[in-house]
Amino acid sequence: MTAELRTEGIGKAFGGVQALDDCALTAAAGSITGLIGPNGSGKTTLFNIVTGYERPDAGEVYLAGQRITGASAQRVFGLGLARTFQLTRIFPRLTLLENMLVAAGGHAAGRRRAHELLEFTGIDGYAGALAGTLSYGQRKLLELATVLAAEPAVVLLDEPAGGVNPTLIQHLADRIRDLNAQGTTFLIVEHNMEFVMGLCHQVTVLDHGTVVAAGPPASIARDPRVLDAYLGTVPDTGLEDVGEPGDR
Amino acid sequence: MTAPVTATVSRGRRTVLAAGVPAVLLAAAALFPLVFSSPLATTYGFDALIFVAAASAWNIFSGYSGYLSLGHAVFFGSGVYAVAIGARDWHLTGDAVFGLLPLAAAVAAVIAVPLGLVALRVRRHTFVVVTIAFFFIFQLMAFNFSFTGGTSGIDAPILNWSAATYNDPFYYLALVIAAAAVALSWLIRRSRFGLHLRAIRDDEDRARGLGVHAMRVKLAALVISALITGLAGGLWYYFIAAAHPQSAFDPLFDLSLALMGFFGGLGTVFGPALGALILEPAQQWLTVQFTNDYLSEILLGVLFLLVILFLPRGVLPTLGEWADRWRARSRGRPEAPADGAAVQPDRQPEGTAS
Repeated sequence: MTAELRTEGIGKAFGGVQALDDCALTAAAGSITGLIGPNGSGKTTLFNIVTGYERPDAGEVYLAGQRITGASAQRVFGLGLARTFQLTRIFPRLTLLENMLVAAGGHAAGRRRAHELLEFTGIDGYAGALAGTLSYGQRKLLELATVLAAEPAVVLLDEPAGGVNPTLIQHLADRIRDLNAQGTTFLIVEHNMEFVMGLCHQVTVLDHGTVVAAGPPASIARDPRVLDAYLGTVPDTGLEDVGEPGDR
Repeated sequence: MTAPVTATVSRGRRTVLAAGVPAVLLAAAALFPLVFSSPLATTYGFDALIFVAAASAWNIFSGYSGYLSLGHAVFFGSGVYAVAIGARDWHLTGDAVFGLLPLAAAVAAVIAVPLGLVALRVRRHTFVVVTIAFFFIFQLMAFNFSFTGGTSGIDAPILNWSAATYNDPFYYLALVIAAAAVALSWLIRRSRFGLHLRAIRDDEDRARGLGVHAMRVKLAALVISALITGLAGGLWYYFIAAAHPQSAFDPLFDLSLALMGFFGGLGTVFGPALGALILEPAQQWLTVQFTNDYLSEILLGVLFLLVILFLPRGVLPTLGEWADRWRARSRGRPEAPADGAAVQPDRQPEGTAS
């Protein structure tokens, strides 16, 4: 299963702060697309809008050509678009297997898939343990596994390598490549440039809620606008990333 | 948190316990009126069973979903008034009044739908406050509408049963409802529906993002919970033989359910039932011992504080932990922390987690 994810002219303001402004982005079907940008550039807000956690003030979201703007989070997931969160979110008082079954479905095929994915991510030894007992990195793996349970066509990862040790980052990147080889489209927000440049086919740069550059990693790394956005001729606004739903 | 090793140690024995203990308890409950046939004993038994049903029902919603309701008296009172008004307006007498019990369940369930659609839009503390507000709205309505009989309430039709065995049919009906409530709670706990409820308890937004129809699931749990609570209310009405606003819509009822749930173990199948079986008779007994009403309530408050201090997760989960630990020690197993048995490739410091 594979699909293209596209946004057109997305705008979103929180009070007086324009988090996103005319934001247009495409993650081509079957690609791994990186989404980078300084803190507060609107990456997480865009994720929230695409996955149905927030409604945009303007613009449209298309999944495989179908308009999904404003669809609820559970519907978006049902349509084959799944995400992870910047602050890893699992169900701490459910076992790993139960975590998987929330998304995988209770039928025999769902159970099989759940076990396969725990094995795939390398945490199957803990299937019966409460997810709250996992270490941070293992939680990241579990979150990735749950997201994959319903075999989504497009997966959005919000800082999958954040706070994760180098060995595990390698493990994660390998898993993402495996899945991508089977056709899964990835859109990845990440600050770890090595990870992004090594993994992604395309990179989109967001600054102040607008796409300022898009292209293959090599050209992005040399783009003066990107260096600008990161190294800052623009003074720091002091704005942090907007939180994820449920934080309020 | 229970370590993975201990969590998986005793599954087999637990299954035996999980099946055996309730069967023994059920048999004991069925024999209770034969052994203790005095009306006082069966009254205690009846009240305890009503609360087993209501606390288990409360737990199906609040325990599993994490949405703490302090307004379940709305459903209890609605059940009370549904049968009271029905029996009065349709001039039912004698045993025929028991035919109205399904009405008590249905009315409470129907009322739960609009209430849920409103209250379930907010979470945590706000949700608790909204449920309390609903409770007072319903109590005020019972006080002030004419069809509820206002402050004087509605008397139940008289049952011409012999005084010596008057309580017994009530007791067994309550036992059936209580057993059904616990069984239903057990079924839900094991079901996909129950899994979705517990996922919502842990992280509702995450659950939605994994395809859980959160509103539908929460509402269904509330309706099921209200249905059982209303049924218990209907039966209780015939037993008390009167519906009054302050007893049908009783704020202490709300608090009792929460207390029983926390005492026995929030979100466990049998915890709230255990809490009801201990706390309801204890409260009745204390009220009889110390005719001063407040003293018994103060003592219950002290008990609650002790539980919060020493068994914060409730009796059943704590006992389970002790048993696991004891068993692990007697087998010479180390109490391995989660990290200890880490599989490859990740060995992150625990400190970064939650």
